[in-house]
Amino acid sequence: MSSQVKKDVNLRVQGWTEDELAATGAVRDVVRAPAAVLSAPGARVDPTSPEVVQLAADLVATMRVSPGCVGLAAPQVGEQLQVFCVDVSEHPKTRSHHGTFVLCNAEVVSASRNERAREGCMSVPDLTGDVKRATRVVVRGTLPGTGEEVELPAEAFEARALQHEIDHCAGLLFLDRVAGAHAVYARQTYL
Amino acid sequence: MTLHAITVLGHDRPGIIAETTDRLAHLGLNLEDSSMTRLRGHFAMTLICAGDADADGIRAALASLTDDGTLSVTVHEVPEEHVVALGGTSWVLSVHGGDRPGIVSAVAGVVAAAGGNITDLTTRLAGDLYVLVAEVELPAGADSTALAEELREVAGRLGVGATLRPADTDEL
Repeated sequence: MSSQVKKDVNLRVQGWTEDELAATGAVRDVVRAPAAVLSAPGARVDPTSPEVVQLAADLVATMRVSPGCVGLAAPQVGEQLQVFCVDVSEHPKTRSHHGTFVLCNAEVVSASRNERAREGCMSVPDLTGDVKRATRVVVRGTLPGTGEEVELPAEAFEARALQHEIDHCAGLLFLDRVAGAHAVYARQTYL
Repeated sequence: MTLHAITVLGHDRPGIIAETTDRLAHLGLNLEDSSMTRLRGHFAMTLICAGDADADGIRAALASLTDDGTLSVTVHEVPEEHVVALGGTSWVLSVHGGDRPGIVSAVAGVVAAAGGNITDLTTRLAGDLYVLVAEVELPAGADSTALAEELREVAGRLGVGATLRPADTDEL
């Protein structure tokens, strides 16, 4: 597969579903700021451990029942760990995407083409903010359960969602990245 | 040609901006800079206007805005200010955490002690989440790493987090 093709995706990640976890996810309460767990860096995890597999299933289950939710990180359910799920497939701003997936210990390998856009977050329900993020990224992380290391290219809305979730795992909220003093807004309408 | 600082503050309703600026336009005043926003449900407008009208004339033109007692208006002549470029660097400071008294004064004190100038600052209170975002100019040669560390320490003592980042601009 050419790395230059616009619809470039990692087929392993795209083919992943939560069925691989063989665990029934529980819907967890979503933590809201100011909660200390949202502002502390998450610890690296063993992606093959049963606790992490269960957390992965819980994150997906919680994302599924939350209207408009395209991603959820472990700190948002009170766990100071580097695990998050993403699914932007239903979002209108999405271009290419990988469907539902969970990554552990993820990092941004490369990033380019910054764009500013307004972000909201389930953990900061009353505010939104303008944040500049790369519209093309390559992210490296590990799949829960099998522990396979994967590297995936992402663009547009999926790239933004990935950076937002990786920030959560590092103890950063969008509030830490807003473009300036006039870039944080009281939310007028709710999801 | 003189400059006037005009404030209009009070109960928010549709039409405040339209009515205020219509009266100023009739006096031939030019709105050179303005900040207009809603603060905790109060509408707050600060304008710097240039023109030939004097302060009494502007007050008279805006007097009817205050008739129902829900808005207050102030008008002051102000001198021309020349912003001097100091050749420093621009930064964005984000602070957020549980609401408590003293957050703004604590971080502003640290910035001032480092010779930094806060040129813009917005705070928001959403439930018990307090958010402060400020634009900071640091003088050339300032130790931004040390400032960021001190801000983190001072904020940490108040139970909030602080991030200092360069206000990077995409030059296109």
